[in-house]
Amino acid sequence: MDEYIVLMRLDLITKEKQPTPDQLKVYMEYYQDWVNGIIAQDKFVGGTGLDPKGKVIRPGGVITDGPFAEIKESLAGFIIIRAASLEEAVEMAKGNPILNGEGNSVEVRRINGQH
Amino acid sequence: MDSTELIPQLFRTEYRKVVAVLCKHFGFDQIAIAEDIASDAFLTAAETWGQKGLPPNPTAWLYTVAANRAKNYLKRRRVFDAKLAPQLRRSASDGATEDIEVEFSPQNINDSQLRMMFAISHPAIPPEAQVGLSLRILCGFGIDEIAEAFLTNKEVINKRLFRAKEKIREAGISLDLPGPAEIEARLGAVLTTIYLLFNEGYYSAGDNRSLRKELCFEAIRLCQMLIENVPEESKVFGEVLTNTPEANALLALMCFHASRLDARLDANGEIVLYEEQDVGLWNSDLVSKGGYFLNRSASGDRLSKYHLEAGIAYWNTQKEDTEEKWTRILQLYDILLQREYSPMAALNRTYAYSKVHGKEGAIREALALGLENNRYFYVLLGDLYTSVDDERALSNLSAALALARTPAESTSLQKRIDGLVKQE
Repeated sequence: MDEYIVLMRLDLITKEKQPTPDQLKVYMEYYQDWVNGIIAQDKFVGGTGLDPKGKVIRPGGVITDGPFAEIKESLAGFIIIRAASLEEAVEMAKGNPILNGEGNSVEVRRINGQH
Repeated sequence: MDSTELIPQLFRTEYRKVVAVLCKHFGFDQIAIAEDIASDAFLTAAETWGQKGLPPNPTAWLYTVAANRAKNYLKRRRVFDAKLAPQLRRSASDGATEDIEVEFSPQNINDSQLRMMFAISHPAIPPEAQVGLSLRILCGFGIDEIAEAFLTNKEVINKRLFRAKEKIREAGISLDLPGPAEIEARLGAVLTTIYLLFNEGYYSAGDNRSLRKELCFEAIRLCQMLIENVPEESKVFGEVLTNTPEANALLALMCFHASRLDARLDANGEIVLYEEQDVGLWNSDLVSKGGYFLNRSASGDRLSKYHLEAGIAYWNTQKEDTEEKWTRILQLYDILLQREYSPMAALNRTYAYSKVHGKEGAIREALALGLENNRYFYVLLGDLYTSVDDERALSNLSAALALARTPAESTSLQKRIDGLVKQE
C-alpha cells in the first residue's frame, strides 16, 4: 500500500459560484460521507480543508494574496489515502462529491516520501 | 441445599477471594501456592461437609481453613528462609509469621482483588494470558471452563496459565497498588481486560450458555468494583481514582449489551437476529442501569471508545427503527472508526449506512471494505442483497456458511438460506 494525496480544487473566487450556507451544509455532508467511507475501508491517512485566505511568495520576495487572481481553481483541501495503486486511488477519488460541481477538479498524486 | 450443590457455587464466588487475599500475603509470584491452598480448602470442605454436614457459616469456615493453611505455609517458609536460604529476598527479617493475620474482611478482600486486577493487567503479561488469568484468578473459573470459553483444550490453557505465572516471576510483578499516576496509566489495560472478558462471554463460540452469561456478569462485577468498591488507601483526596468517566462508559456499554443476553439465543442455543428478538426478553433493569452509568460517564474532556460504543449500544436498546436512531448510530460509528479502525466496526457502520441511505449505496460501501476474508462480510452482503438481488444474497450467505465457525452460526445461516430459497 502506498499513500496518495488527493488535492481538491474549487472555484473559490467567482461570487455567483459560491454556495449558500444551506447548500454548503449539504455539500459538507456529502463530503463527510465520502471521507467516512474511506475511513471505513481503513484507507484514510489524514487530511484537512484549507482556509481560502493565504499568501503566495515568489522569487524576489514578491508576496501576493494567493493565486486566486490568476486561476479559477484554488486548492480547497486535501486528504491522504492508502491505496494499492494509482488506479485504485483514482477510483476512490472519483467518488469525491466536489466533482459534482462543474469546473472543480481532484488531482491524485502518489506520495513518494522524499523531499 | 447440600454440600454437593453449595461447593461449586462457593467455588465460583469465594475461590478468587481466597486466592487474592493469600497472594497479597505471599506475594504475586507465589500465586501457584495461593491457588493450591485455596483448592485444598475446598477439597477439605467437600470431605468434611460430606461427612459431618454443612457448618453454620460455610464461607467463614472456608476462610478459616485457608487462613490456617496459609499460616502454616508461612511458618514453614520462614524456617526454610532462615535455615536454608538466608540469601533469599523474602527473608525471616520480614518479622515473625505468627503475628501475621490472614484476614478475610470484606475490605481486605476487595482491596486484594483490586490489586490483583492491576497486577494481571501488567504490560509484561500477554493479553491472551491476561484474560486466562482473569478468568481463573478473578472469576474463579475452572480450567475446563476456560478451555471451553477459548474453544481449546485443558492442556493449552494450563500451559498458557503456567507461562503467564512464569512471566509474573520473571518480571517481578508485585501486588503493590501502583501510585496514582501509574494507576491512571494502567487503568486502560484493566478496562481492556474487563472488556475482553465480557466479549469472551458475549461473542464466544462456546455453546455453554450459562457459562457465557456468567462471564458477562463477572466482567460487569469487576468494572463496578473499580467504580464503587475502592479501598481508602487507593483514593486520592477521597476521590475514587479508578472511578473514571471511561470506566463508567465501559460499565454502561456492558449493561446495555447484557440486557439482550436472554433474547439473543433461543431455547436451542441458536442465535436470534436482533430484528427477530423478543423485546419482552430484554432486561429493562440492565438498560436503566446502563443509562445511569452512561450519564455518569458524561464528564471530563476525554471521549473514549467506550463512550462511543456505549452510545451505539444505548441506541440499540431502542428497538424502534427511527431515523434519529440510525443517523446517530452511523455518526457514532464514523467517529469510532476515525479513532480506531476495526473490521467489525466497519461492517456495522455499513449496516447503519444502509438504514440511513438505503441498501444500494450500502452495497457499494460494503464492496469497498476489502474484508473478503471475514465471514461477517458475507453475512452483511447477504443481508444487504436480500430483496435487492436475492441470487447474490444467496451466494453471499452460502459463502458465509462455508466460513462459519460454530454450529450455532451454521444453523442460523442455514435458516436464512432456506428462507431465501423458499421465497424464490
